[in-house]
Amino acid sequence: MKKFDTNVQWIKYNVLKEVASLAWDNKLFDSLLDIPTRINPTKKPINRCCIYKERVIIQERVKIAIGGNKQNRNVIEVIDIACDECPVSGMEVTSACRGCLAKHCQTVCPKGAISFDANSRAVIDQEKCIECGLCTKVCPYGAIRQNKRPCESACQVGAIHMSKDKTAEIDNEKCIACGACVYQCPFGAIMDKSYILDVIDLIQRSQNNSKYKVYAAVAPSISSQFSYVKLGQVISGLKELGFHSVVEVALGADMVADLETKELVEKGFLTSSCCPAFVDFIHKFHRDMLEHVSHNLSPMAMIGKTIKEMDPSAKVIFIGPCTAKKMEFQKETVSPYIDSVLTFEELQALFDSKPFELSSLEETPLDNASYYGRIFARSGGLTDAIKEAIVENHIDDFTFKPAICSGIAEIKMAILKYKKGIDIGNFIEGMACVNGCINGAGCLTHGPKNKIEVDKYGMQAHEKTIKEAISTMP
Amino acid sequence: MKITVCIGSSCHLKGARQVVEELQYLVAKNNLKDKIELAGTFCMGNCQNGVCVTMNNKNYSLSPTNTKTFFEEEVLTQI
Repeated sequence: MKKFDTNVQWIKYNVLKEVASLAWDNKLFDSLLDIPTRINPTKKPINRCCIYKERVIIQERVKIAIGGNKQNRNVIEVIDIACDECPVSGMEVTSACRGCLAKHCQTVCPKGAISFDANSRAVIDQEKCIECGLCTKVCPYGAIRQNKRPCESACQVGAIHMSKDKTAEIDNEKCIACGACVYQCPFGAIMDKSYILDVIDLIQRSQNNSKYKVYAAVAPSISSQFSYVKLGQVISGLKELGFHSVVEVALGADMVADLETKELVEKGFLTSSCCPAFVDFIHKFHRDMLEHVSHNLSPMAMIGKTIKEMDPSAKVIFIGPCTAKKMEFQKETVSPYIDSVLTFEELQALFDSKPFELSSLEETPLDNASYYGRIFARSGGLTDAIKEAIVENHIDDFTFKPAICSGIAEIKMAILKYKKGIDIGNFIEGMACVNGCINGAGCLTHGPKNKIEVDKYGMQAHEKTIKEAISTMP
Repeated sequence: MKITVCIGSSCHLKGARQVVEELQYLVAKNNLKDKIELAGTFCMGNCQNGVCVTMNNKNYSLSPTNTKTFFEEEVLTQI
């Protein structure tokens, strides 16, 4: 069964796996420069124009896999030599243009940028064109194409542009680390920094969890991942890697649902706290909305805090689908609770850097949260949880009117409406990734089945209500 | 005195919540809130014998049905 969606993920995975297996054996420093030839021992390139370029790019991937550029505070980095410098010329009229009589393209163009040549075919004045895309939409032949770099199209906050040498460049002042560009760049030229070495180090220094215990806090979207084995085998795999225990972040989500509901009722209008890219989006683009951001910790930080209250020397590693969590855990308000962050991609590499096979392991149960905490992983889940918490808390004098925003484009629209005084309700559930965490950049696989899997996993929860899940904690 | 109940996944499935709730109830009923501290932990590494509970460095294996007996025979006699 396939482990990844794209070949780009596969390439990144191989680098992470090599780095991890050398690190477990404490041979990383000695063999660091050999990784490109360990991955491709031949002299023929697999993915690039020549073996030399391929090796250099792999070496750059190694740098990011071992933590990346320390001077750059962003966790999303461009590998400039891997960037294909995709040609960009904005709107392009293709040979499908028949020089028709209706000329919808010209009528609709707000800038008067379209004229016609001797054969009546459309010609676009690139100086006037603002790339609004209206002509593309109205042409009955689909003859006008909008050329945009995949990274720029993926980035909904306009944080990527072309540098002078035509490679992609990220504006850290705008980037919210959602990772959309990482997943969308067809050349794998944008990568998220990995803390896989920190995690291996934490596990090794724990001396089999005798010096301190290392906990894996796994996001509920894990239920839609590693679909080639059973979830219980993934949990056993985490224990094989050296984690003392595996705890559901969904329990943190149950706690957040309960607290956020009370906060919402008290304040009257609120925006959600769980998606770090959404929270960062408000920080960077809508500072006047900051007062409305929930003051609650995210489910990740909440479960980390809970674990550390019970076991003060604990080390907590968050494992999830999210690249923005790699920024969040470094925030002053979160760093006391979370020691490092891994994506599912990185976890796959960690598993495969060890000799055991997940498919041959016994199953270990994972059950700490309720249905509602678990469905936080998909768009609309948090809203469902708040509806439930309103009932469980016997709040009957409050009308909950949620605006469920799946992806940054919908978030932007909701905020725009709110600022124009249009009624959007009293709660913005903001998820930077379309469909929620199940579509995160650090997922192994992305697809419509993921939502079904998360809902199924939710239904399997031992505890049926938020209060029950929370009251398990003394 | 501290009673620690394992609330890891395996013990949770065996009824850790009911054990915790029963102990909370019994502590309150016996007015022992200032003498007994109830705590939780995520996994004691003894999953086969859950629900795992420790008190005064001794391990106990409880279930929702024998929690009351444990409280009466072990907790009340050691306090």
